[in-house]
Amino acid sequence: MARYLARRLLQIIPVFFGATFLIYAAVYSIPGDPIRALAGDRPLPASTIEALRDEFNLDDPLPVQYAKYIAGLFRGDFGQSFRGREVSEILRQRFPVTIRLGLLAFAIEVVIGLLAGLLAGLRRGSFLDNLVLVSTTFVISIPIFVLGFVAQLVLGVRFGLLPVAGLREGWVSYVLPAMVLGSVSLAYAARLTRTSLVENLRADYVRTATAKGMPRRRVVGRHALRNSLIPVVTFLGVDLGALMGGAIITEGIFNIPGIGREVFVAVRGQEGTIVVGIVTALVMIFIFSTLLVDILYAFLDPRIRYE
Amino acid sequence: MTTAARPEAMPATPGTGDLLLEVSDLHVEFRTRRGVVNAVNGISYTLHERETLAILGESGSGKSVSAQAVMGIIDTPPGYVTQGEIRYRGEDLLTMAESERRAVRGQQIAMIFQDALTALNPVYSVGWQIAEMYRVHRGSSRKVGYAKAAELMDRVRIPSAKERVKDYPHQFSGGMRQRVMIAMALALDPDIIIADEPTTALDVTVQAQIMDLLSTLQEETGMGLILITHDLGVVADVADKVCVMYAGKVVERGPVRDIYHNTAHPYSEGLMASIPRLDQKGGQLHPIKGAPPSLANIPPGCPFHPRCPYAREVCTTDHPPLYDVAPRRQSACHFWEEVLAGGN
Repeated sequence: MARYLARRLLQIIPVFFGATFLIYAAVYSIPGDPIRALAGDRPLPASTIEALRDEFNLDDPLPVQYAKYIAGLFRGDFGQSFRGREVSEILRQRFPVTIRLGLLAFAIEVVIGLLAGLLAGLRRGSFLDNLVLVSTTFVISIPIFVLGFVAQLVLGVRFGLLPVAGLREGWVSYVLPAMVLGSVSLAYAARLTRTSLVENLRADYVRTATAKGMPRRRVVGRHALRNSLIPVVTFLGVDLGALMGGAIITEGIFNIPGIGREVFVAVRGQEGTIVVGIVTALVMIFIFSTLLVDILYAFLDPRIRYE
Repeated sequence: MTTAARPEAMPATPGTGDLLLEVSDLHVEFRTRRGVVNAVNGISYTLHERETLAILGESGSGKSVSAQAVMGIIDTPPGYVTQGEIRYRGEDLLTMAESERRAVRGQQIAMIFQDALTALNPVYSVGWQIAEMYRVHRGSSRKVGYAKAAELMDRVRIPSAKERVKDYPHQFSGGMRQRVMIAMALALDPDIIIADEPTTALDVTVQAQIMDLLSTLQEETGMGLILITHDLGVVADVADKVCVMYAGKVVERGPVRDIYHNTAHPYSEGLMASIPRLDQKGGQLHPIKGAPPSLANIPPGCPFHPRCPYAREVCTTDHPPLYDVAPRRQSACHFWEEVLAGGN
């Protein structure tokens, strides 16, 4: 287990550098001059342009720029935007909003998705099973912005159950956007859980457990369930990161000031440091959540532990 | 004298004990979307203490399904026991409440499966899986359960059993895994162990070790043993009597020596002839021509007639009953005398 963990932790290093470098290079290669974009129509004096280019290391070759950026990162310095805002300040303001939204969406996904999947899998072919299959197909096939607007219209405007947009009403404001954000993942989680459980209930070792005279509750709960959850946990872990990063559309629909909106604005303004800063933070969240999954995975499946 | 098929099965092998299990006229069918599959069509047999019964047949002959019916582990739907009795020490298992039946499973009748790698749960240690028997059925503590698991693993001759209790199934070799399965079946000292192709997934040398182990354990405990197999060669040394199954029916049964030396049914004859023999090295193999019938569409008359070298007109219409061939020996062939005389 210790060796597995050590190896897994070492893997973080190339992933971190690889991912951040790719993002940095992508932003670097966006056509157009960010300094000129900053100034708009008025031409800037050559000396000012020169000073700004120097301050942001824009004349260095890509590897040097990247190295300087990473060096700053390790001192806790995410850099400044071209307009002089501290990127770390932006992260401090925006990230908690997105994390709250993402975690609530994740909670909805795990609780409802797993429950629906388990019930459907245990009663294969029943009305409930068919309901889960049809409704998840429905949710998966509808674009998220359509789902968002319909939810706003029905639950927010027509019935007035939940706030339509913004964050003025505290945590209740997060419920509707989190439901929309988590809906597609929820559908996938439910289907995956169902399929995995159905498959495992047919497995030989489940038949063995029955032949051992174990009560049905134990056969399902201790034997089939733990095996069924292995693929589900993998999916959930990767999805946790995706929920954080994938909130851009949802934050737009519900007018939520999270990182999604910030990054959208920053890309348009060619604010490289903001984009790279936010995405780097997302990469770290992603790395952390997959690490968590891999640890949980090794706990669930001994075959991984002793590889 | 010939008589029609009798519901009561053959008498005990001499030297065995009390009657443990009596299966009579058992029928199992699977109701699928494409029709009813008649997996078991009226089989009967008995098993006594210290007795070993081999159930022999090709895949699809209903041999495994009949064992699963005895264990009560057929998935319903699609599988249904539609007729017959399974009496364990005189009590019909089929009319018992599920809770009573569960108490029999694992405690009085235990089962060993073919492929121990898939039959053991991959995410729990072997000790945990053996200890589960004591913890659930006897309410033992975790510690006692593991201690007993180690004892059992030692008893089935797993080297350094104590150190390996917490190992997982994938860390054992095929033969050792099958020993773990045997230990698990043995845990609560059952009266009967049903072994469904226990050696099919193993190397030939390991096969012999496992068969030896089973027969040694049987001598120690006095249990009844049912060996389900497609390979008479594997069980010839340990079995007392044999039921040969074809298309969900018993076609021949009797003491293992008699059947091994001279068969009274063309199908068993074909099975014997298809075993490669060392003394015929270099000679041809003799497979049974054709394939077993689909159990959803069993031929009328004798189900074996399309593949049978002895088949005549009558075989296509009249289903042969089990004729008494000799004491404790029966064959479901209209022409059993001819088959017996033909020698093999």
